[in-house]
This record gives sequence, structure tokens and C-alpha cells, in this order.
Amino acid sequence: MKLVEHFELGLDAPICLTWELTYACNLECAHCLSSSGRRDPRELSTEQAKAVIDELQRMQVFYVNIGGGEPTIRPDFWELLEYAVDHQVGVKFSTNGVRLTPERAAFLASPACRGYVDVQISLDGATAEVNDFVRGPGSYDTALTALQNLQDAGFDDAKISVVCTRQNIGQLDEFQALADRFGATLRLTRLRPSGRGADVWDELHPLPHQQRELYDWLMAKARSGVDVLTGDSFFHLAAFGEALPGLNLCGAGRVVCLIDPIGDVYACPFAIHDNFLAGNLLAEGGFQRVWQDSELFTELRSPQTGGACSSCDFFDTCRGGCMAAKFFTGLPLDGPDPECVQGYGEHALAGDRVIPAASQDHSKANPTRNQPVMLTLLTRAPDRPPVSDCAESPLAGFMPEPVRTA
Amino acid sequence: MPQPMLDQAWDLSPSVALRPEPFGALAYHFGNRKLTFLKTPALVRVVRGLAAAPDVRAALAAAEVPEAQHQAYADALRGLAETDMIRPRGDDARAELS
Repeated sequence: MKLVEHFELGLDAPICLTWELTYACNLECAHCLSSSGRRDPRELSTEQAKAVIDELQRMQVFYVNIGGGEPTIRPDFWELLEYAVDHQVGVKFSTNGVRLTPERAAFLASPACRGYVDVQISLDGATAEVNDFVRGPGSYDTALTALQNLQDAGFDDAKISVVCTRQNIGQLDEFQALADRFGATLRLTRLRPSGRGADVWDELHPLPHQQRELYDWLMAKARSGVDVLTGDSFFHLAAFGEALPGLNLCGAGRVVCLIDPIGDVYACPFAIHDNFLAGNLLAEGGFQRVWQDSELFTELRSPQTGGACSSCDFFDTCRGGCMAAKFFTGLPLDGPDPECVQGYGEHALAGDRVIPAASQDHSKANPTRNQPVMLTLLTRAPDRPPVSDCAESPLAGFMPEPVRTA
Repeated sequence: MPQPMLDQAWDLSPSVALRPEPFGALAYHFGNRKLTFLKTPALVRVVRGLAAAPDVRAALAAAEVPEAQHQAYADALRGLAETDMIRPRGDDARAELS
């Protein structure tokens, strides 16, 4: 049996586990996949979080990806970080950089963290204009300050984590230049229509020719030996031809899962929805029981049919794409990915579909000054008068070609 | 190509942990953060047996790897050595470093 087939049947413990420590966040990114903003009052306490770390150590989950929300605004974040590395659970945490002061950067670079800590700074534009469009005003400067603090403290190899969008695919070389400038590694991941991402996916997801551009760029980097991380999130692009490096399969409930701030366990970080909720780790048997015995995960590990995709020549390479992307765009789970590079997704999106209602939302009730304003200035040819919907003239908007008399 | 490794003494790196899985094991290196899959139970037995064996050949024999496969296993071990999952011990470590 091939290794990938073993993975499809599930492992005794996850390889890659994401743990959102809090739904609280200082930012209000337009595409937040966990719809974060407000803290959930049921958030795990420090003691409960430490008990989770103890269990991960017993199960030999070697590292966790910690996120949120903004994890560093939990007052016990640094305490939990140290507790994890002391218990052989390495930490890779994602942050917008808001708390990465020179002092914290020095701590991360210090022997206390023993090199078990990776830091990912989220940045969704190589320029402030493109980044702040989705992440909110000032967020670009915050991220770059954090990167500078890490570099100044001698923290080695931070990651710059980019969600690829229609607006930033043209900036891939600029992102690489930023990474080089800070001695960092670039990490590119796929935009999912999850959380608030569902509301803006139509505007933000890369266009078909941009997917090709991204694929070619990643392949060229792989060939030239430049390390670009992708979290294995672009396996739907494998249908362009050669597979990208990494596991080319959906790992949901098989090799990955998500623990949310209240201890709910979901199949993957992009599927925070009741349909993908396997259980809660505060229940009898803890995380291990949810991972090993829950009904949902057992089902995800059973042999899947390719459905409409199984007759496609590329099914073996892309495996039908991302479950969460299909679910949140209202497509059947055994059909093509909405961004299928063979074009089957566009066809499916054009058909009848119902976008599922969100099952939870921690967005701030009232927007703050940090909320992104996704306005694009309308560009109108200066020689044309505006035509409003109320224009009464029967000739409104009618601009005949000038008659040439020469 | 003959592998001098077969006659050397090797060991699992101190920073590496093995986690048993149905296909074999996951090997994780806490220092360089590399994750590797040991794709057969026999390879896991070999890696676990390195420390107690005088050389790699003896570890392979103890894990009941047929001699015809020794070369292939040595290649796999060489791959593990490249990411410091295993490292030479004693005199062989000095030879390896020189």
C-alpha cells in the first residue's frame, strides 16, 4: 500500500494539528476563515489548555500550529508557549504581529524556546495598499515592524504567511524579496471561502489565469531549490500536470484537524461548521477519543468515491480538490473543486447551489477603526459624464462615435 | 555503489522521536523540525536497533532484512542521515566528519 493510501485511512494521531487559541482579534480581516473578532466566553482556561498540551505530548503530536483569532492577545499565550516547548510539543504560531515587541522577539530567539518555535507573520499584500485592503488599515506596518523586531533579535527564519488572492498574485516576486530582506521564508496558502471568506470569495479568489501563474511560479521555485512553503494547500493545482511538492491529498480528519478555542474538534482548519464538528475534547476520553473514534472522522477515513470527478483524467493527481472549498460554495463534496483548473468548477458554480449558512460567527458586533474598507475607487473615463440610475434623458449614456468629416 | 555505511556504527539522533503508525513510523527531528516517514515496519526495526548493533549490517540482520535488500536499506538510511535523523557514532562519527 502506498503511503498516501495509509494517510487516507487515517493515522493514530494527527501529523499537523491546528489549534485556534482564541476567537478574539485586534483585526477584522475581510476573509477571516474563523470569523474571529470577539472572545468566546467558553474559551479554554489556562489549566485546560495545559491539559491539552499534556495529551498531545502523550499522543506524540510533535508540533501544533497555533492561531486564532490573534493568539498573542491571550494573556497566558507566552506561558502556554513555554509549557508546550517544555513538553516536546513544538509550536508554530500565526500572528499579525501586534504583540511582537523587541522584548518578545528576544524571548522567541532565546534558549527558552529551544528552537521549537516557529513564527508566521500574516501578510496578504507585498505593499500596504494591497495588504490593508483586506486586513485593515495599519496592518501592513504592524507586520513589517514585527518582522524587523524578529530579525533584530536574531530570530532565525521567520515565515511570511500569505493568503493568495486576485489582488496579490501579481506580487509573488515582491513577497519573495520581502522574505529575503528579513531572512524569512515565504509561505503561500490558498484562500478558502470559509468564515467571513465566504462573503468575499467571489471578489478575492484568484482568476483562472492567475492560478496558472501561481502554479508556474511555485514550480519554478521548486526547480531552482528555493524553499517556498505551501501547507500543501494547492493540491488542486496538480491537475495542471506535475504535482507540487508535498502531500497531494485532503488531510481533513485523516492527518489534520482543528481544535477551536472552546475545545471543539473540527475536521480541518477551513471547516469550522457544524457539519465538520467531530466532538469536544473536554468530554470523556479527551482529544484522543475524538481523533480515533468519532463518527465523523471514521467516515472521512472510509474509502471515498470520486463522484463526478472519477471519470476525469486528473482525478488521481488532484483527488477532487478541497472539501471545505466545495462545501462553503455550495458544491457537492464528491464533485469538482470550485477552482478546478480543468474548468469543471466554473461549470458547477454556474448551476443550482445553496451556500450553507454559517454555524457560528465571532465577528465584532460593531466595526472598529481596524475594519478593512474594501473599496475600489471607480475609474471612469474623464471624457464621459456620470450616468446615474436616475438619469431621465432617453439619450443618457448614449455616446455616438464622432462623425469624421475629413 | 557499495555503501561503506554497512560497516559503520550508527545511532538515532538524540533530537529525534519516533511515533509508531500502521505503515511504519513518523520520525520527527525537534532540532531541524524535519518530519520523515519510515515507510516499512522493518525500517523502523532497523532504525531502532542501530544503537544496540555493532554496525549497520548487524542491525539489518537483527531486523531480519534479507541480504539482497541491504543495499536498498542502506540507501534509505543514507537519506535519513542527510536530515540528521540518524548519525554515525564513535570512531565512525569522526571518520564521517573528516
